[in-house]
Amino acid sequence: MSDPTATGVTRAESCIVACAEVFRGDGEVMASAFGTAPAIGSRLAKRTFSPDLVLTDGDAALMVGAPALGTRPEELVLESHMPYRKVFDVVWSGRRNLIMMASQIDRTGNQNISAIGPWARPKAQLVGVRGAPGNTVNHPTSYWIPNHSTRTFVEQVDVVSGVGYRRAAEAGPAATRFHEIRHVISNLGVFDFETPDRVMRLRSVHPGVTVDEVVAATGFELVVPDEVPDTRLPTPGELALIREVLDPRGLRDREVRA
Amino acid sequence: MADKRLTLDDLVGELRSGMTIGIGGWGSRRKPMAAVRAILRSDLDDLTVVSYGGPDVGLLCDAGKVSRVVFPFVTLDSIPTDPLFKAARQSAAVASTEYDEGMFYLGLLAASQRVPFLPTRAGLGSDVLVVNPELRTVTSPYADGEELVAVPALRLDAAVVHVNRADAGGSGQILGPDPFFDELYLGAADRRFVTTERLVPTEELAAGGPLQTLSISRLLTDGVVETPGGAHFTACVPDYGRDESFQKEYVAAAGDPEAWAAFRSRFLEVDEDGYQAAARELAGELDARRQAERAAAGKESR
Repeated sequence: MSDPTATGVTRAESCIVACAEVFRGDGEVMASAFGTAPAIGSRLAKRTFSPDLVLTDGDAALMVGAPALGTRPEELVLESHMPYRKVFDVVWSGRRNLIMMASQIDRTGNQNISAIGPWARPKAQLVGVRGAPGNTVNHPTSYWIPNHSTRTFVEQVDVVSGVGYRRAAEAGPAATRFHEIRHVISNLGVFDFETPDRVMRLRSVHPGVTVDEVVAATGFELVVPDEVPDTRLPTPGELALIREVLDPRGLRDREVRA
Repeated sequence: MADKRLTLDDLVGELRSGMTIGIGGWGSRRKPMAAVRAILRSDLDDLTVVSYGGPDVGLLCDAGKVSRVVFPFVTLDSIPTDPLFKAARQSAAVASTEYDEGMFYLGLLAASQRVPFLPTRAGLGSDVLVVNPELRTVTSPYADGEELVAVPALRLDAAVVHVNRADAGGSGQILGPDPFFDELYLGAADRRFVTTERLVPTEELAAGGPLQTLSISRLLTDGVVETPGGAHFTACVPDYGRDESFQKEYVAAAGDPEAWAAFRSRFLEVDEDGYQAAARELAGELDARRQAERAAAGKESR
């Protein structure tokens, strides 16, 4: 386990690099990223190893380049109209790679943003399933969970919004054909479903985090390989991009502390 | 060209209790709030509200107007959830039909095209098919044999959308960057209403923006109502952005019975002119409060 103070890399910066890795190898696909670390990560990927990524302006357009977070709308250079109706054309064509957030996620990759408790009379109504059902069966989807705990990593989500591996398999070939839950990134580590029965596996821990911490904060039996690597450190060039170009105001530290 | 001009009261007079009503816009953006406020003042009830939901849904639920909400989300955008909709759901005061966003779009499109359903992958494997047991799948009749969700047509008795400009014949112009699904709400409905920031002579429509901003044709409208500020407090760019201060006041008031009663009497138990005047007055008060706070902070730092 490396000491984060020795490298000077913050936890938020490890999360950003992990988010960027989701887009590695992507050509001209629309990268959509919810949350601060995913927004910086997608921009970092575009500025480094995935230059052909297509980013949205957060409203109804595609924009040129990968400007700093919080750039004023009038300073953006737009290249195409992308109202919601056209977003569905992109979603259903599969030319999209997405990092969504999750109020709950479970062992087989189901995600919940609809409601906590029984759907008919929830303990807490959340925003609603939004586009999660359609996204997950049409293009690669990853999740960003900045508050890893037994409340967010649960045995079974209350309302299946984003579809996990078991549910997709049960729904049949039309659901599995384009289904891929790529990575789950939390403030503690990175997870994937690269196991024989497609259940969640610990892929790496962020520098400074122990495997035991991750296991204790997870509400289900996680697959833990014998050797768990650290999440890779940002290169000096990546670190400079994050700190000086993409997030000079330090918004990343408000989402993930330390 | 028929003159389709109406007043808000005329519009509400065309609606009946028990109707299924589509409300245009998206979240806290370009919502026909003047029409919503007029419904709040009416004696209509038992409505099924179909909406990419924002404060329209919360307000109508809280006022006891709604028996069912059909929605993929209810959000205030800059604030993740609507407190009044949360309360309605958590007390099971309304029934719900929760769809994926894309399913919702296809439901309106199917109704517009007069077909019973449209197929999609969206919804497969999710709890949308569990909590809506009436939904069915359909098997492709072609060689692939794929089993897809058959999204039923979302037929509406009435629809209301809010646009930047319109003419007396019911042609509407959307000057903001996203027309959302307003055309489809109108296409899916039997009675179709457009409210607008400004009614203008027809020749001013094309002069006011590129042709593709004239996205609502009069083929889709039965009535048009001029309601300046009619989307307030939601965004209606480029005429105005979301009134974030007002929205915060709404959310704060909704969380406290006493404050909510005061909010209702000040902003909702008045006619539309009274609402607009009260909203301007509140903006002035908030400005004064901010200036006083800034002045006080300035003194402390000295």
